[in-house]
Amino acid sequence: MSKTAQTPSDPAAPVGGFVRLLWFFVPLLALIGAMVWLVGSTWLKAFDTGAPPVEKITFERTILDGNGIHVVVRAGGSEPITIAQVQVDEAYWTFRQDPPGPLDRLSSAWIHIPYPWVLGEKHEIKVVTKTGTTFKKEIEVAVATPQAQLTVLQPQALLGAFVGIVPVVIGMLFYPALRGFGRQRLNFVLALTVGLLVFLFIDSLKEALEFGLKTASAFQGIALVIVVAAIAFLVLLVVGRRHGTPTGLALATYIALGIGLHNFGEGLAIGAAFAAGVAGLGVFLVLGFTLHNVTEGIGVVAPLVDDRPSLPVFAGLALLAGAPAIPGIWLGSVSYAPQWAALALAIGAGAILQVIIEVGDYLRRNAARHGESWISPSTLAGLIVGVGVMYVTAMLVKV
Amino acid sequence: MHIWIRRQLSRRGLLSGGVVAAGGAMLAALAGERHATAQTPPAHTGHAGHGVTAPQHHGHGHMLTVGEVDNTRNGFDPTAMLTDWERGTVSRLPDGSTLRTFEVIAEDKEIEIAPGIFFPAWTYNGRVPGPTLRATEGERLRIVFKNNSSHMHTMHFHGIHSARMDGIPGAGEVSPGGEFVYEFDAQPFGCHLYHCHSTPLKRHIHKGMYGAFIIDPDPARHPEHAAVARSRLLGTPENKEWQELVMVMNGFDTNFDNENETYAVNTIAHHFAKHPIRIDRARPVRIYLVNILEFDLINSFHLHANFFDYYDHGTTLTPTLRTVDTVMQCQAQRGILEFTYQNHETGLYMFHAHQSEFAELGWMGMFDVVGATA
Repeated sequence: MSKTAQTPSDPAAPVGGFVRLLWFFVPLLALIGAMVWLVGSTWLKAFDTGAPPVEKITFERTILDGNGIHVVVRAGGSEPITIAQVQVDEAYWTFRQDPPGPLDRLSSAWIHIPYPWVLGEKHEIKVVTKTGTTFKKEIEVAVATPQAQLTVLQPQALLGAFVGIVPVVIGMLFYPALRGFGRQRLNFVLALTVGLLVFLFIDSLKEALEFGLKTASAFQGIALVIVVAAIAFLVLLVVGRRHGTPTGLALATYIALGIGLHNFGEGLAIGAAFAAGVAGLGVFLVLGFTLHNVTEGIGVVAPLVDDRPSLPVFAGLALLAGAPAIPGIWLGSVSYAPQWAALALAIGAGAILQVIIEVGDYLRRNAARHGESWISPSTLAGLIVGVGVMYVTAMLVKV
Repeated sequence: MHIWIRRQLSRRGLLSGGVVAAGGAMLAALAGERHATAQTPPAHTGHAGHGVTAPQHHGHGHMLTVGEVDNTRNGFDPTAMLTDWERGTVSRLPDGSTLRTFEVIAEDKEIEIAPGIFFPAWTYNGRVPGPTLRATEGERLRIVFKNNSSHMHTMHFHGIHSARMDGIPGAGEVSPGGEFVYEFDAQPFGCHLYHCHSTPLKRHIHKGMYGAFIIDPDPARHPEHAAVARSRLLGTPENKEWQELVMVMNGFDTNFDNENETYAVNTIAHHFAKHPIRIDRARPVRIYLVNILEFDLINSFHLHANFFDYYDHGTTLTPTLRTVDTVMQCQAQRGILEFTYQNHETGLYMFHAHQSEFAELGWMGMFDVVGATA
């Protein structure tokens, strides 16, 4: 078609292009016409039952400090929502809304309440709108929201390193041992990697969906998570296969990236638990995370047994897989809106799905090269051990 | 590793400790202010520096609704309601006795019950509580009740009357657009109330259909306490000595979950906290107190820094409780409180329900006691 259009012997072609362009505008004009007519007409009033407008308020962030309680609310109603009064623990309290005035659909505002909250105890914030509708936010255990100060950031970074980088490095230390493995045992390790990735995928998706449910309804949390995960998966798959299916260092890098995104999400969760005061962060819990994540290090280096990467390459992979836990904890502890966590975790889930596919494909091609099926006792054992170890060690960290 | 975690925890401990100290300071400031109001102008609570622009009121720090209700739009003002007696029209019956006629119209009306919070009320005469009907013992009463509302309504009086005049479904219930005339004698004297008795009863009450109904004693019928009776009878010189106030304790369930979001006397949450009631310290105070609160089992009235005599239902001329500072009422219970600030300093004196929850959700106010010091 395009070839025909370029031949000068076809005089109708440019006219055809113009007409086609015109036809592109016709539906648009029709849409605008329909909208104008709908806005201008009055017949929709027949559906006006006199019922009060639908109101929805989502609490996105909660910050407790020496000045009281501060929350971010997002409106999601059929009409702008006016916040009339605020109760804390069943008492009307003075408050300041910033910016003031009615909240349009999807717009948000800070509510500052000078309330003398009590450390370690439960508080309930209730927003009363103009129509008398109420929306509640429970603060389960009141603790001061950590401020982004060096005195707090530094120990948090250390904590992030302990749950992220340290276990990955420990896992990587298996590398010399892996190099000595025969083909069967190597298949076992690769299958184990797939197993652990499957577990991480489920975990990331679950967390992402949980955050998705907490977002304002207009954001359609579940659809958002699924769509973003699918896009992340497809983009990474296509990018990864620009120069053929990834193997060796490329594959290891993608695994490290997927695991890194998951650890970022894990960091968010630790930081949030920290900030919400719901988890007393004991030695046991930190050890649990460390143990849980050791397997990840093995997964990263598994595709590298045929190569002999330099030490800086290992260091880079370890940082890529483990270090995101640090900014995760930082962000998680300062209270953030749930849609951001849902997005980060959804991207992580998509990235992990991509490496599951690639490692699985690598395993299949390896087997095919030797004329074998990819399903063997050793790969099956690897899969089960991978998922199983992750599941059992996760018991240590789920509160 | 143990060491850094411990360090971290202890640092958190210190941080939290600081917050506790700060929170404690806030509470102390609030409490201090509460005690200091009678003598001093309102103190800042120590954390106003971060930009809380809400005005500071006496006695409650930040525990207050924000803004003001538009009384003009509502068509009624809780302060004016304190002394707004509906006396009806008086005429003579053939036998020489007095006939007092009241006109009451039921209508649906959206009212502002706390700053910015609107409630779809059902009202008597466009106000909540309805008009305070005031008559004298022994008079013949005729209440012409028109229903301009969208639902069935009645006027059920707490008093003595025939079954036909009871104002319940089947006896004086009025359909939208209809009319009924209740007729009975004003008895017994006391502090009473009327309310709608259509079903569902809970909803008809909590939507706003109630009001005070006061029958003053006839001194001629009570020779043994004629002076007291005269002081109760509206319009006598003895009565003019008193500062009489009617307070109807109510609340509103704005989200219809069978729990009240706001509490008040005379409807508007925190109205009397922001607009203290002026009291002349030289003259005694008499409060006609009515509880019509729905959903909560009891309500109460607590007077700060003073004690009162209480006449349960107001049907006696001698107190039923002497020298108390708190009285409890169940729904529809009512009574008369008498007290004086004669020997007090001038200043702001608080009164509120001593269910702290009710107080903090709007049922609290202040008396601004003024006058020459002794």
